Amino acid sequence: MNILQIDKVTKTYGAHRAVDTVSFSMPKGSIFGLLGPNGAGKTSLIRIITTITGADSGQVYFNGEPLNRSHPSQIGYMPEERGLYKKMKVGELLLYLAQLKDLSKAEARQKIGYWFEKFEIEDWWNKKVEELSKGMQQKIQFIATVVHEPELLILDEPFSGLDPLNTNLIKAEIAEMNRKGTGIIFSTHRMEQVEEICEYIVLINQGSNVLEGKVKAIKDQFKENLFRVDFKGQLPSGLGDSVRILEALEDSVTLQLLDDGFADANALLRYLIEANVQIQAFNEILPSLNEIFIKQVETTTHE
Amino acid sequence: MNKLLLIIRREYLTRVKKRSFILGTLLTPLAFAVFFLVAGMIFSYSSDEDLRVAISDTERLLDNAPADPNSGLTFRLEREPFDSLAAQLDKSDYDVVVKMPTIANVRAKNFTVFYVSKDQLGLETQTQIQDGLSDRIRQYKMKALELDEETLASLRTKIELVSSGEKDESTFRSIIGAGIGGAMGMIMYLAVFIYGTMVMRSVMEEKTNRIVEVMISSVRPFELMMGKIIGVGFVGLTQLAIWGVLIPIFYLLTGLFFDIDPQQMNEMANTGAEIDPEMAQGMAAQVLEEIGKQNWWLIIPTFLLYFLGGYFLYSSLFAAVGSAMGDDYGEGQSLMFPITIPVILAFYIMIVVLRMPQSNLAIWSSMVPLFSPIVMPARLAFAPPLWQVALSMIILIGSAIFFVWLSGRIYRVGIFMYGKKVNLKEIWKWLFYR
Repeated sequence: MNILQIDKVTKTYGAHRAVDTVSFSMPKGSIFGLLGPNGAGKTSLIRIITTITGADSGQVYFNGEPLNRSHPSQIGYMPEERGLYKKMKVGELLLYLAQLKDLSKAEARQKIGYWFEKFEIEDWWNKKVEELSKGMQQKIQFIATVVHEPELLILDEPFSGLDPLNTNLIKAEIAEMNRKGTGIIFSTHRMEQVEEICEYIVLINQGSNVLEGKVKAIKDQFKENLFRVDFKGQLPSGLGDSVRILEALEDSVTLQLLDDGFADANALLRYLIEANVQIQAFNEILPSLNEIFIKQVETTTHE
Repeated sequence: MNKLLLIIRREYLTRVKKRSFILGTLLTPLAFAVFFLVAGMIFSYSSDEDLRVAISDTERLLDNAPADPNSGLTFRLEREPFDSLAAQLDKSDYDVVVKMPTIANVRAKNFTVFYVSKDQLGLETQTQIQDGLSDRIRQYKMKALELDEETLASLRTKIELVSSGEKDESTFRSIIGAGIGGAMGMIMYLAVFIYGTMVMRSVMEEKTNRIVEVMISSVRPFELMMGKIIGVGFVGLTQLAIWGVLIPIFYLLTGLFFDIDPQQMNEMANTGAEIDPEMAQGMAAQVLEEIGKQNWWLIIPTFLLYFLGGYFLYSSLFAAVGSAMGDDYGEGQSLMFPITIPVILAFYIMIVVLRMPQSNLAIWSSMVPLFSPIVMPARLAFAPPLWQVALSMIILIGSAIFFVWLSGRIYRVGIFMYGKKVNLKEIWKWLFYR
């Protein structure tokens, strides 16, 4: 079952096509990376999912139903550009935002209390937002995003501007919410975070999705049969004929299997062992998402 | 709770609870009172120049020198010729020497009078010399023509127009009508500007500090805009209601405090027009009576409807402009022109309409929805035909709904437009976005 299914969604602003027939689906309870360079159309797409704007064509399904006005209360959205009413008191502001997400006042109060306790900020209730530091405001923004326990959480660059301590705090909260079944869309261009957190990704460039799937599958798809061998002794001299040697050091070598060379890594290993090379480590080098990202963005941009 | 209600509540409470609102609401009537007091004092300020004026009256035409207790001038009749007086001016204790003209013909109406003075004479002083002389020449003429004051007074006839038909109308009544109408038109004019810009600024703020994106993920743009407009509208009504109570109180209090009775303050404000106290008292009673005679049961609800219609129409436009503006207030000013110009025009039309409440201009402009919220309230005290009120109201309400809709379409696009210089053509395109 998919919590979200995007079906050929297109959105045009004037002459600019911000989202161009994008389709993908997001399984329930997964952590999903929405990737793309700046201006790729991520925010436009998110605005369609959060019903801020409508799509020109195509359809978004939330839990199998076409997106409608009842769904925003099941979605929590933290925009990249954070914003709060600076003059309001923290408690009043959170109560207000929670009630707008269809919580009753009592429910809202109780849930805000839970988060205040968790973040140990019980004495913030009567503080004005503008009195808080930027990092503190981020925490409030996070609470505002999750207080109504949404089924789908959309976080646009959630860690920008957070110190490492708060980053870890928020990361832990996201992980816990995911364990409880919350689906999370993680929009970013920080690849190392995606690799660390996301199960699925979709890569968008110039309005279209260029890549989609499980992180592991994508890495497999883009692997270049690179291996790194740490060894002792002498490499057989004929090795260079059947593989491409990219880097050769005294006790380690990075090489790429060729189509007409060894059938697989095992064949290479067997060959090396038979040649009396003492293997200390044998690793496949998978491409990082960052490399895949840059490569895909470059190849799709100039089309 | 309904989301719209929640928004209205927040918009209302955050404003009303602000210290600046409370202070502003309390201090404005005080500021007005002080303003009127000072303005009255300034206008009633008469010349305090202490000058001595010699009138060279060699032919002894005048019996006595002009004397006006209100002026700082002292007149003295001199029998010496003008030239010798003028020559000695610097040594004499006179400041001005005036040559009394020869009066060859009693019926002559224009005289040229020469004078010399130590310093240049101010306009006020010149007028006082003219008035003084003219008054004495009048006395001379009366004697020559063998007329007395009483005969002259009996020539002056005063007419008061009173309709003998069913309509109870008088000149006096239309003055009161103009007063009430002017006040209502003025309130409308100020309300549109004050609360319209309040809506605009608040929209701009939400856009600039990006809270709007969080809000719109929970509520529709239209709800947010309407919540804001209605919330600020209640702020306006609250403020007007407080002022409605406070201004009369302050008015009376300033009177007591400064030991000036309000009547006197009024007179001072009336650029020192001379009204004798007895007449003033009679007039005050008449004014109260006329005000009481107005059909308030019709005027007040109609006024409120116009207030609401005009407020919704204009504040929604202000909201649209606010959404189109970026962080730069100055840049968006050109977008405000299309809104401020009709408001200002309406104000001028209102002033003309007060003098001619049944003219074609009055009738037509009260049918134009951009003008009617200011023009029609000004006409209400003149009991305009009911069909005109009804028609103008229907047009206004229809247009208000249309403009709110229109602004909503601009708003929903505008609040997400950043870093783009927006012009009217651009806004026109937004109307057709999906």
